[in-house]
Amino acid sequence: MRKDYKLEKRKYVIGGFIVVIVLIFIIRLFELQVCDSKYKQYADSNAFLRKTVYPSRGLIYDRNGELIVYNQPAYDVMMIPRDVQPFDTLDFCNTLQISRAEFDQRMRDLRENPSYSSYSQQTFMTHLSAKDYGRLQEKLYRFPGFFIQKRILRQYNHLAGANFLGNIREVNSRDIERDDYYRPGDYTGDLGIEKSYEYALRGEKGMEILIRDAYGKIQGRYDGGRQDIKAISGKSLTLGIDIELQEYGEKLMQNKIGAIVAIEPSTGEILAMVSSPTYDPTLLVGRERGKNYRELVRNKYKPLYDRSIMAAYPPGSTFKPTQGLIFEQEGIIDVNTLYPCYHGYINGGLRVGCHGHESPIALRAALRTSCNAFFCWGFKNMIDRRSKYGSSSAAFEVWKNHLVSMGYGYKLGVDLPGESRGFIPNSAFYDKIYGKNRWSANTIISVAIGQGEVLATPLQIANLCATIANRGYFITPHIVKAIEGDTLPSMYMEKRFPTVDRSYYDNIVEGMRMAVMAGTCRNARFGDVAVCGKTGTAQNPHGRDHSAFMGFAPMDNPKIAICVYVENAGFGATYGVPIGGLMMEKYLTGKISPERKYLEQRMLESNTIMSSGVKKH
Amino acid sequence: MELRNTKYSSSSLFRSVDWVMVLLYAILMVCGAISIYAASYDYDHASMFDLSEFSGKQFLWMGISIVVGMSILIIDRRFFETYAYPIYAIVVLLMIVTIFVAPDIKGSRSWIVLGPMSLQPAEFGKFATALALAKLFSGYNFVLNKSFKNYLKAIFIIVIPIVLILLQKETGSALVYTSLAFVLFREGMSGMVLFAGLCAIAFFVIVVKYAGDVVMGITVGEMAVFIIIMVLMVGMLMFYCKSYRVGRNIAIGFASCGAIAFILSLFEISINGMIFFLSLICAAVIYMIIAMLHEKMKKILITMAFVMMSVAYVFSVNYVFNDVLEPYQQMRIKVSLGLEEDLRGAGYNVNQSKIAIGSGGVTGKGFLNGTQTKLKYVPEQHTDFIFCTIGEEQGFVGTTFVLIMFLALILRIIHIAERQRTAFGRVYAYCVASYMMFHIGINIGMVVGLCPVIGIPLPLFSYGGSALLAFSIQLFILLKIDSARKEFGN
Repeated sequence: MRKDYKLEKRKYVIGGFIVVIVLIFIIRLFELQVCDSKYKQYADSNAFLRKTVYPSRGLIYDRNGELIVYNQPAYDVMMIPRDVQPFDTLDFCNTLQISRAEFDQRMRDLRENPSYSSYSQQTFMTHLSAKDYGRLQEKLYRFPGFFIQKRILRQYNHLAGANFLGNIREVNSRDIERDDYYRPGDYTGDLGIEKSYEYALRGEKGMEILIRDAYGKIQGRYDGGRQDIKAISGKSLTLGIDIELQEYGEKLMQNKIGAIVAIEPSTGEILAMVSSPTYDPTLLVGRERGKNYRELVRNKYKPLYDRSIMAAYPPGSTFKPTQGLIFEQEGIIDVNTLYPCYHGYINGGLRVGCHGHESPIALRAALRTSCNAFFCWGFKNMIDRRSKYGSSSAAFEVWKNHLVSMGYGYKLGVDLPGESRGFIPNSAFYDKIYGKNRWSANTIISVAIGQGEVLATPLQIANLCATIANRGYFITPHIVKAIEGDTLPSMYMEKRFPTVDRSYYDNIVEGMRMAVMAGTCRNARFGDVAVCGKTGTAQNPHGRDHSAFMGFAPMDNPKIAICVYVENAGFGATYGVPIGGLMMEKYLTGKISPERKYLEQRMLESNTIMSSGVKKH
Repeated sequence: MELRNTKYSSSSLFRSVDWVMVLLYAILMVCGAISIYAASYDYDHASMFDLSEFSGKQFLWMGISIVVGMSILIIDRRFFETYAYPIYAIVVLLMIVTIFVAPDIKGSRSWIVLGPMSLQPAEFGKFATALALAKLFSGYNFVLNKSFKNYLKAIFIIVIPIVLILLQKETGSALVYTSLAFVLFREGMSGMVLFAGLCAIAFFVIVVKYAGDVVMGITVGEMAVFIIIMVLMVGMLMFYCKSYRVGRNIAIGFASCGAIAFILSLFEISINGMIFFLSLICAAVIYMIIAMLHEKMKKILITMAFVMMSVAYVFSVNYVFNDVLEPYQQMRIKVSLGLEEDLRGAGYNVNQSKIAIGSGGVTGKGFLNGTQTKLKYVPEQHTDFIFCTIGEEQGFVGTTFVLIMFLALILRIIHIAERQRTAFGRVYAYCVASYMMFHIGINIGMVVGLCPVIGIPLPLFSYGGSALLAFSIQLFILLKIDSARKEFGN
């Protein structure tokens, strides 16, 4: 057969055609497989279901090993919108026992949430009851895209200490921004030690990598579970708190506004920290949390406001021991220095009243009788001693620095969020009000007796008491005594020494002992324990005087130092002393002696909330 | 004497078989079987040869294919040429019967169920048609271009199976026969036909893809196609008709009208684009008629016909797309043109297939480690989308290897075709090459998201006994015809 060579050349056209097609395919494959890495992620997100395994949160024990806070499982219904396929909505609603309208509302809420993404897991409903959980678990295969996430809820064995325990809440967008550990729907500590020890309590989330087929069915574990990350349980905390004492304190403070702080002087551990009125910690657990939280915020007595560390009160006469210490340290007085008191301090047309007692008077007796004049004289002699300090301003700075070294004027550094710093003015503060060198001791004399500008938190007052009990040092007060498998921050182990020589403290201790034996604090006496104390009655602009007390016991080798502060309750001796005395008795002897039961009864029945400055709405 | 003859012929068969093609065939078939095993691998069923599994069945079909192939090699070489038309007739008959007896499987009526096996006669229509076409061309003194009747005969042979397969609702398989245009081209059909075919596809894509934006009363797609038609018109006049002057004048006319329209549009005088382009093209056609009076008539006439048919085609595209194609077909085309995503519907397969292939990276995830295919994210992963498994588990290296093997096979077939001494052998070989090209082009194009989804298998890879057997028969007949080429000369 004759060959047509012209037509034979057409094989190049046909061959060229397929070569071009194959080249196009290779270029396309290069683009898909080599240039673009997003397909790898898509394939992984198809095949691997990364399921977070939540660790159990650390437990909380009191100083005697009594379990206070523990966990209870709860179940959240989660969904990944992308994976949801049409399902029987009615059956779903019936299983969860919600109405169709509620279902629609929840779906709408989800979509309106700014963090909504159809690829990530969304919380459809939280805190399923065990019964609903069981029902849903059985039917779950009918609702592709939905799954159940096990969570924990906090449970409380003692309904006390809500102010320092805090609670847990779902994270918000700010938390997620700050710490990339959190994902939407996670929980984090809110208030109290739940917040400040979040890092220890939360543990480490784990992850299970499951293999999921196109129908959403789990086919097993990826790589036999070898790539899974185990969840690490949170660390348990042991508190310095004695939960029984805490409960007793809260009971004594019922129907009163104020705070109690008790510290073990030798360790700085806080034994009890009452803020009144308080609230039931279980209110902030579970589905009703949001509603209850809003109600607590609206409550006019501000139960969420932890008065023991947040409220800055005029310390009143509980301030006087600091003055005695400073005057001694500065050589203004010695233990025998006498000052006159003619029913008060009268100088330069100024009169600060006092009550009837012997005159002239020395330091210890002045503490026993809570003499205003003695400390005013001392203050005047110090601040106006230009020969020593050059100016009142300079003298005042020395005075202020001593107080700061005792823990006043700045945050003490307790392991709780929201601590207030109280207030100790400096000379610049007065310069601003009165003009430079236009003020002297008499201008500001009320600070000598804990009135006027000075403010302190109950914690600072209790800490002063612990410092005196220790004869000249304190350890930064702290709630948490031990963290499981970890050490406390060193600041809660180190002694801090104020700038006053330790030898001067004995005089103050003796004065405070005398106040209990024969002075203003007689109601703090119990058994044969050597109690030391100091009352305080603080004038304030909100109504009746605040009743305050600080004390420690026993005098030698003290076990407890306490501050009681009751708002608008009158004299320190009326409420502060009995409550402080009962607390110390309870802690040291474990019970209240029969002859003091009447006192306990009176405290339990009394109600000072009526005379408080809180306006009736 | 008899004995010696047989011995001689069998050893000559061994020597005259094209071992390159056999090797390529074997490599591709083994790769295919391994891919099916990987695609249908289940964590519970690990045996490659379990007959209840896809891979086991496919191994069975491989065995059948090889046995049938060997039988073809020992059949007398004249058998296929002699019985080409009867074979064609039998297969056509079988296809007619199929329409009536086949059960409805996913809307398709193309399967004949024979006990445990089901066969798809449409697959066997391919080699039968190839034989019939080869027989036609091998007729004494048959030259395609000699008469129009010869075209009609060839087209008749091709159209019958197309119609029958369309009646079986297997649009994809029917389209395969259009690839025989390459055979006709090789045998003398004007290149203009192939060119027109390419233009038709290009125009269709452009018009449909840019149908959304309307500028001055005309869609961007239509405008683009009109401009292409005008450029082609000028090009054809200048280089095909060699009527340089006519082409130049028309070009100058188009350019100046375009410039005037542009200047007018600056003054915000809008012209209806449709009328503008149509009148320009009409004017050019009238000019060409005048030019024909003293220029080379025939080629200008062809140019004119091309232009006018193109314009008519543009107007019919929207009609065809909207009213002739089924909604699912429209959606598939839109997805492949990137007009729609539809990840839950028509776009799901292609998207998951792209994810599977793309996630393989350069070297792949390793044999049996593909998650997309194991976890059934890619539908039809062992049949039409088998290429995904290679892409995911063997990566770019694997896909390129397979593509190059296919390319080598097709080029080898073309090489074999051209060394045939008879028109029968050559035409048959080109038919096989054309089928192969179409299958590979459409199937892989679909899997990588370049073509709309058309359900045709990847030769020698996709699971399915009929397709494997049919392709094997096609190739073994070619081997047989080729092995006899030397004898013929004696």
